[in-house]
Amino acid sequence: MPRLVSHPDEVKVVSNRFGQGAANIDKYLELGGYEAVRKCLAQGPEWTIEEMKASNLRGRGGAGFPTGMKWSFVPKQSPKPKYVLVNGDESEPGTCKDHLIFLHDPHAVIEGTIIAGLAIGSKMGFIYLRGEYRYLLEIMEKAVADAYAKGFLGKNIFGSDFEFQIITQSGAGAYEVGEESALMESLEGKRGVPRIKPPFPAVVGLYGGPTVINNAETIATVPHVYEMGAAAFAAVGSARNGGTRLFSISGHVERPGVYELPMGYNLKKMIYEIAGGIRGGRKLKAVVPGGSSTPVLLPEEIETLGMDFDQVGKAGSMLGSGGVVVIDDRTCIVEFALRTISFYQHESCGWCIPCREGTDWLKKSLTRFHAGFGTAKDIDNIRYLAENMMGRTFCPLGDAAAMPTLGFVKKFRKEFEDHLDGKPCPFAKHTEMAVV
Amino acid sequence: MSPETMSIFSPKMAARFDALVEKYPVRRSALVPMLLYSQDEIGYLSDAVIAEVAQRIGITELDVRNVATYYSMLRFKPAGKFNVQVCTNISCMLRGAYDVYEKFQEELGVGHKGVTADGIFSLEEVECIGACCWAPAIQVNYDFHDDLTPESVPDILDRYRNQVQDKEKNA
Repeated sequence: MPRLVSHPDEVKVVSNRFGQGAANIDKYLELGGYEAVRKCLAQGPEWTIEEMKASNLRGRGGAGFPTGMKWSFVPKQSPKPKYVLVNGDESEPGTCKDHLIFLHDPHAVIEGTIIAGLAIGSKMGFIYLRGEYRYLLEIMEKAVADAYAKGFLGKNIFGSDFEFQIITQSGAGAYEVGEESALMESLEGKRGVPRIKPPFPAVVGLYGGPTVINNAETIATVPHVYEMGAAAFAAVGSARNGGTRLFSISGHVERPGVYELPMGYNLKKMIYEIAGGIRGGRKLKAVVPGGSSTPVLLPEEIETLGMDFDQVGKAGSMLGSGGVVVIDDRTCIVEFALRTISFYQHESCGWCIPCREGTDWLKKSLTRFHAGFGTAKDIDNIRYLAENMMGRTFCPLGDAAAMPTLGFVKKFRKEFEDHLDGKPCPFAKHTEMAVV
Repeated sequence: MSPETMSIFSPKMAARFDALVEKYPVRRSALVPMLLYSQDEIGYLSDAVIAEVAQRIGITELDVRNVATYYSMLRFKPAGKFNVQVCTNISCMLRGAYDVYEKFQEELGVGHKGVTADGIFSLEEVECIGACCWAPAIQVNYDFHDDLTPESVPDILDRYRNQVQDKEKNA
């Protein structure tokens, strides 16, 4: 069972029901659940969208798009049905926050989905979980059945004339399906390859109807925005970054875990105080701030860095999915870069050539490099390959593979050079491998 | 599928699939979960599974295969009764996943995608399973095991072996 952690600096908004048995619908109600949706039903869709805009909630999947704005893009009148799609395909390495949401607070996901449906004028929502999360899907399915039994889903919700259905769906193993258009393809029973944009999902989405697609954490945050009030929610975070974030802190720290902190919280404090510092008293070498696709940061870059979308962007990386991966000084960055690119090579769906070929050549190149057979020319070649993938694919997977690779090569060039000419890997553990 | 048609699935699963195709606005949306549930029951996507799923959805077998080959959890050959999936992605790697993976290889005597001679276990090195903060982590079928060390490997395997033995005793 995933261990829950706690720290006095945490501001528990989204996680405030974790560990309290809120998967039980009566417990959820006792803890103030399904109040937000009643409020939104009373106030109507326009108010619901305006309030969301004022909250400064930004998408928790990685791109950080303002949620209220996304909702407002859906046309009011549509000849085709509109849909809400909850993205619970959580697959970005370093990220395990949605895991806890589905486990501890499934009704928050349901309530958030109903509110999103009300806001955009949709009658149907889908909650898509990655195939590996079977036990969590079962928890979600039970929660949905309980919500129907209480009349919180179906017709005339809470005595209004609003009607809403929720359908749960399982994936079957694919990182790419976390991309919004690929997710819709998968839900339509197809290979999860991305669609070209425009048209954007808000106009032509699932089954060709206007669709809002939100990350599971975003949706679970939605009810809290209305419970607290938009202004109070916005005040918790930093400028243009409302509320809190579930940060998954993993790697070489003393106390890894999912911690809920205000947007803009300092990254150095996060590592040294919240997560207890580097394991075994070692030194910090690097940190990946927002899941494996975000460029690596050096210790000197995190001193005053606040963890919100804008500040991390300014520092040359991304807040991404909030997966903070901490790397100590005994780690070989070339090996880390190789493991990262191996993932993207495995997960590239093959639809766009720059991504399919680029990830493959990067993996080949880095494998050779790590084994001690690299040449000085290879370092520039890795950069050249990665630079030529950027912005040349339908979906962001190509960028997601190229960005961290460029970061490793730029910031740790010396370490790459230390692997040249058959020299053993400077990190003792792998000497054998490099000498072969 | 009409009730008089023969199904290769258990009556319970067949009934579940009858409902599943009606669950969505579009029948085809049932395809991906149906393939996964079929595999859970039959063990892999055999030709017979593909044929019946194609018929239930109302698409060609080729179309089913085209979709099925995309998803990494779906397989076309039997795995062990317990499929051990060891995550070695970055967060797990930093906390010793390769040592855990090596220990599993040693204990089971098989490598990536290998199946033990008794058919009880299969082993797989997998990508991130969403348990990064409790790394290193594995899944045995759908069960998560986290905070592992190489020393915890034999115990985990024993637990699953005992399940098989208990079943045989009771049978």
